[in-house]
Amino acid sequence: MQAFTYANPKTLKEALASLAGSWDEAAVLAGGTDLLSLMKQDVYAPKKVVNIKGLKELKGMERTGDGGFRIGAAVTIDELMKNRLLGEEFPALRAAAQGITSPQMRNMGTVGGDLCQRPRCWYYRNGFGLLATGTDGKSLVPSGENEFHAILGHGNKAFFVSASSFGPALVAYGAKLKIASASGVREVNAEDFFRVPASATEREVDLKPNEILTEIVLPVSRGSQSATYEVRQKEAFDWPLVTASVMVKLSGGNVSEARIALGHVAPTPWRSKEAEQAITGKAITEASVESAATAAVAAASPLSQNAYKVQLAKVALKRALLAAKG
Amino acid sequence: MAEYAWPKMSERSLIGKRISRLDGAQKAGGRAKYGSDQNPQRLLYAAILTSPHARAKLTSIDLSAAKSSPGVTAVIAVEEVGKEVQWEGTILAAVAAETELQARDAVRKIRVEYQVLPHVVKDDDVAKAGNNAKPAGEQVQGDPDAAKSSAAFTSQGFYGLPVLTHCCLEPHGQTVQWSGNEITVWSSTQAVSNYAGDLGAQLEVPATSIKVHQDHIGGGFGSKFQSDQWGAFCARLSKESGGRPVKFFHDRNIELMIAGNRPSHYAKVTVGADASGKITLWESESWSSGGIGGGNIPPIPYVFTKIPNQRKNHNAISTNNGGQRAWRAPNHPQASYLTCCAMDDLAAKMGKDPLELFLTNCELTTREDAYRRQLNKAAKHIDWTSKWKGRGKSRQGYLAKGLGIGVNTWGGAGHESTATARIHPDGTVEIECGTQDLGTGTRTIMTQVAADTLGLPMEGIRLKIGDNAYPASGGSGGSTTVGGVSSSTRIAATDALNLLFEKVAPSLDNAAPGDLEAKNGRVYVKGNPSKGMSWAEACKKLGVAPIEVQGRNNPRNPRGLNTGGVAGVQMAEVTVDMETGVVVLDKIVAVQDIGLVVNPKTAESQVYGAMIMNVCGSLYEERVVDQITGRMLNADMEFYKLAGAPDIGEMICELEVDEENDSRGIIGLGEPPTVGGLAAIGNAVANAIGVRVPMVPLTPRRVLDALNGRNS
Repeated sequence: MQAFTYANPKTLKEALASLAGSWDEAAVLAGGTDLLSLMKQDVYAPKKVVNIKGLKELKGMERTGDGGFRIGAAVTIDELMKNRLLGEEFPALRAAAQGITSPQMRNMGTVGGDLCQRPRCWYYRNGFGLLATGTDGKSLVPSGENEFHAILGHGNKAFFVSASSFGPALVAYGAKLKIASASGVREVNAEDFFRVPASATEREVDLKPNEILTEIVLPVSRGSQSATYEVRQKEAFDWPLVTASVMVKLSGGNVSEARIALGHVAPTPWRSKEAEQAITGKAITEASVESAATAAVAAASPLSQNAYKVQLAKVALKRALLAAKG
Repeated sequence: MAEYAWPKMSERSLIGKRISRLDGAQKAGGRAKYGSDQNPQRLLYAAILTSPHARAKLTSIDLSAAKSSPGVTAVIAVEEVGKEVQWEGTILAAVAAETELQARDAVRKIRVEYQVLPHVVKDDDVAKAGNNAKPAGEQVQGDPDAAKSSAAFTSQGFYGLPVLTHCCLEPHGQTVQWSGNEITVWSSTQAVSNYAGDLGAQLEVPATSIKVHQDHIGGGFGSKFQSDQWGAFCARLSKESGGRPVKFFHDRNIELMIAGNRPSHYAKVTVGADASGKITLWESESWSSGGIGGGNIPPIPYVFTKIPNQRKNHNAISTNNGGQRAWRAPNHPQASYLTCCAMDDLAAKMGKDPLELFLTNCELTTREDAYRRQLNKAAKHIDWTSKWKGRGKSRQGYLAKGLGIGVNTWGGAGHESTATARIHPDGTVEIECGTQDLGTGTRTIMTQVAADTLGLPMEGIRLKIGDNAYPASGGSGGSTTVGGVSSSTRIAATDALNLLFEKVAPSLDNAAPGDLEAKNGRVYVKGNPSKGMSWAEACKKLGVAPIEVQGRNNPRNPRGLNTGGVAGVQMAEVTVDMETGVVVLDKIVAVQDIGLVVNPKTAESQVYGAMIMNVCGSLYEERVVDQITGRMLNADMEFYKLAGAPDIGEMICELEVDEENDSRGIIGLGEPPTVGGLAAIGNAVANAIGVRVPMVPLTPRRVLDALNGRNS
């Protein structure tokens, strides 16, 4: 780790004023479960670290005026899991949190941090950059060790997978994220927040160096059924191999609306409109979830070591849909 | 000639009792001090520069900017220009500074230029190893060709185990002070008594100038026998910093890269049997690698060594990776896996219950009765007879269950050990020994032996270990410690007690010293406790001078106090999600032969720890190296996966404690239970899913690839 200056602002306004126009200048610190690892491993060396964990504006969970739900970005995973109302109304989100089985991570890690954490790609973490570039300028991943890498949406360029546990569930719920900067607040759809970087200097989320993710707003969940299914090797702390989050509305026994997102299969949480279309208008049965799952991975292009993830994605989606049906 | 034999089982006051570790509360409460907890006055911190290349020639090293970096007190080049680096993580230079941050900042300022050279870091394909493969020469026994053509059944398979790292919880390192002519080391070593000689040789200073102290160690598993280059450069940094103490412990990533690993083993095996299932043929082409030095020949066929016809070929593959070190029962876990998986596949091919096949072939072992008995016991613990179904025949929905078997053997006789027993006139007793407690309970069992011998309670003994000022005792490896230190302690305490009896006897109607005994805190005429006195009164008879005696365990003549040679069987039950390939260990059983057990609680704890290592090795652990970059990609504890508490399943341990085994004397137990579990779990998965997954760890990828006919 390299030396840095530390800012401990008392208000969101102060925090925003402490940030800078480049990632090298200043980094936001919340739970620190990711940032500190990156700094210790010399993958990232910001000159300034701005602590936002204590900011009141970023705390709290409550129902919104229109019946939705607001989660402060600095709410911890543990706090989220213990919120009864949220658990009842947004089971896909609670299930995603339950997949984070490390008490230390739950106690320290925040919801905003989960969304903004950097990929776990081992080439990135070993200093080869976000796009895992070798000396020939090409990605090391396709002919390297890629068992945990992307099977969808990599464009033969960005092979890391989004590490976010909550991303797929938020995409499935159609959540919105609020992002503050010194010049005001903007709102983006969860789905649009994640993106595939064109170069190693870009981030994999829609956040500028002078912005802070402040809250997550979930729309009304009434009338919908939802679930997350996670495939993880270990029961104790381990990264998911694949997750699937689904939100469906049923009418007369048939799916009238579906939002489906897969996790850990692509550089972003992977919304599958193909699967949504395949299940819409049908009852949730073994046969219909099989065709939805098949549709979800139709475009998959696995690498040399991760063909198994295509099957995992199908299985996770099928089990999530069946779980949502109840 | 004094009588040192262990008391009869029925006459032991403390030996054989389930006594909790004496340092358990200290460790659990965080009060135990390790080498890395030592913070002597004016402490400096060291940091290192390591090679990012798996193979490269050093063309220049410029330390000047580091030397003038703030807070730096000394900078040392560990490797010279011109040297060819052979693995990633090779230490090139070391810096000492006032703070850890300053030391690391200075390391960043060291300029090194490399001529990068081609490397080989993969070892899984012998065909691709080229000149890096060194054949060991064919070994033939009997007539394998004839056996193959006459066999009623043959089974061919490929089995492999990748390199594991030791991944000690406490990384390698030490705190060192080289002040004037004296060096003090607060170590993390498995060999306190040997450390000074080893470090002295590196530094060209006499061993007598080096003081070594260690109260606790956070795991070694065979990787911490040497003082290592970090012991030497840390000492030199201290000297160059005017004798101020310097602390250096590895970061997790370098610890996993260079501080020891268990070599890989792979083998193509053919086994043949007659119509009754008796194995007549073993053929293997094996290869292994533990880094640049190549790999060891596995002892295969394992345990079933009397297979009459054998042909074996082995290649040692050298790779550009950090080197292997002894890992708890070197080569045995791998050999057991290669052998027991091949036998399990043969049983499947014959349509036979593998338990029957193993029982049929016990006559091919050197401990026929022991293995037969243990197979039957383990089968009972895991309910084999009612649960076992043929391969792939226990699927319900997407879950499938399976059972598997693995076997072990080991030596475990006591090492060279000396101990001093000192009885003071005030009745206090000291035992001193230059051994170390690896976390196995050495402190506790030595105290039990001394107290039992002297007829005192545990609190009556002050045990002093972990310092090279005490009598020399062997390094803790190969399950040799418990036999060594228990025997030296027993001999020292017995001799000291006999000297005390000589002083006391005249006060007991001139009884012969040999007629006295010490029990329950009293010294008295045998069989007549009223004719005697309390321990304290007895010790007053010493006057002003303590009794001091040294006892020695001579491995060539252990006087029946310890011996070696054990057998063991492990069985596992797993549940596999056939759609995701996730394997869950439901239950693992170990039935282990053992000699006299000083403390069943700490002995069982050894077995549980070993079984957890088996779970890790069979399901999770693997060093992942990248051929293009030559780098280890999972030098962390995130993707170098180890089992957590919920992953372990139910563990059953049966130690075969009985009069017959007890009469053999003490046998060490550290290694054998680490052997057999890998095979048991691997075979259980094959039984559950219906096909063999050739390589451990049995990850979802490997399980699904095997089910789908993909080659991973």
